[in-house]
Amino acid sequence: MNLFSIFIASLLVNNVILSKFLGMCPFLGVSTKLSSAVGMGVAVIFVILGASVVSWLLYYYALVPLGLEYMELICFILLIASFVQFVEMFVKKTSPALYKSLGIYLPLITTNCAVLFVAMDNITQKYNLIETAVNSVAVAGGFMLMLVIFATIRERLEGSDMPKAWKGNPIAFVVAAIMAIAFSAFAGLV
Amino acid sequence: MSEEKKKKSLIDELIYDNPVFGLYLGICSCLAVTTTITNALGMGVAVIAVLVLSNILVSLVAPLTPDEIHIPVYIAIIASLVTIVGMVMQAYTPSLYDALGAFIDLIVVNCIILGRAEAFASKNGIAASARDGLMMGLAYTLSVFAMAFIRQILGTGVLALKNPLTDTTLFSLRLLPVGFDIPIFTTPTGAFLVFAILAAAVTAYKNSKDAKAAAAEKARKAAEAKEKAAKAAAAKAAAAAKKAAAAQAEPAKEA
Repeated sequence: MNLFSIFIASLLVNNVILSKFLGMCPFLGVSTKLSSAVGMGVAVIFVILGASVVSWLLYYYALVPLGLEYMELICFILLIASFVQFVEMFVKKTSPALYKSLGIYLPLITTNCAVLFVAMDNITQKYNLIETAVNSVAVAGGFMLMLVIFATIRERLEGSDMPKAWKGNPIAFVVAAIMAIAFSAFAGLV
Repeated sequence: MSEEKKKKSLIDELIYDNPVFGLYLGICSCLAVTTTITNALGMGVAVIAVLVLSNILVSLVAPLTPDEIHIPVYIAIIASLVTIVGMVMQAYTPSLYDALGAFIDLIVVNCIILGRAEAFASKNGIAASARDGLMMGLAYTLSVFAMAFIRQILGTGVLALKNPLTDTTLFSLRLLPVGFDIPIFTTPTGAFLVFAILAAAVTAYKNSKDAKAAAAEKARKAAEAKEKAAKAAAAKAAAAAKKAAAAQAEPAKEA
């Protein structure tokens, strides 16, 4: 598979939120305002790319030579947790302004299942390092795309009149359902 | 009274405090594994196993863990348990393992499990933690089962349950006539839609319950105030009577 089709497939066809149902928690949590959606999206792109590349290196240069492939899950989750912590410290030190705007989203990313999924999916799909990087950026880009589209819709929903029980998250899921229909049109693309 | 309270809290734990539809935790797997009730129940059992064991282990190691590193320690415990459960499932229920795919591994990042470890098991004893894990696991299983039940019937028209150990069909029931099934319910769209409806239903239930509780509280307070007023009036009356009696006694003494 060439790099472009990997990119389009992960960005649109197999969109991480609409067809794989990953990263729902931050998706619901931070999609209420456009500015926080953009902040979270940028942070997720950065973390997914970094964590995937590092875990790819860890898998092929440490776990495979030692015959420890079954430790994949434990190693990856600890790696992601420490990577997020490291990124947080790095950003805090080098760019306090960026830290101020991204700060609260960074710790949340550890529990974003998309990060762990991408890291493991790259191994399952037997991608090489470049394909891993492209796939990671595409998945994270798809996440950010959905987050931004959703934030704009939810800002409008906020003021609309609806039954009390549907306010907030339930109506967001209805919007997601409609969006999933729209995105299913991309299915024949790759 | 305590029996009644216990019964009520059981329903409350499963529906009112439902982790999926009430608190929006563990949604990802709930949407993904609910195409058939077989997958949903399999996932539910896996989550119960991990949740009970992780709660027990966390409650054991919590007193020994320094505060700064407790999250990594809990994550390592949970990841090990998920690896074990995954291996067991791969060995004994291979078709179920294939159907659930990456979502077995992703139990690690299911917020319910880390959430319970952090909020409950780290502060409570073994027995209480195990019970809490079981209840939370059951509530999760109930949620995924409810979603799978609706999606499978509407999406395929057939309600079927497989035995994952032997891969034989336990029962298969056609509930909608052929051609009346709505295939969109097996797609992601259907998952989001069913989730939205169930979440709204749980919210409506919570709202009505909260309103009832508020009304009951108000009534109780009003009754209390009334009682207090009555008591005060009675006390006043008693004091007055006493005074009157004393006043009556005084002239008698004088005389």
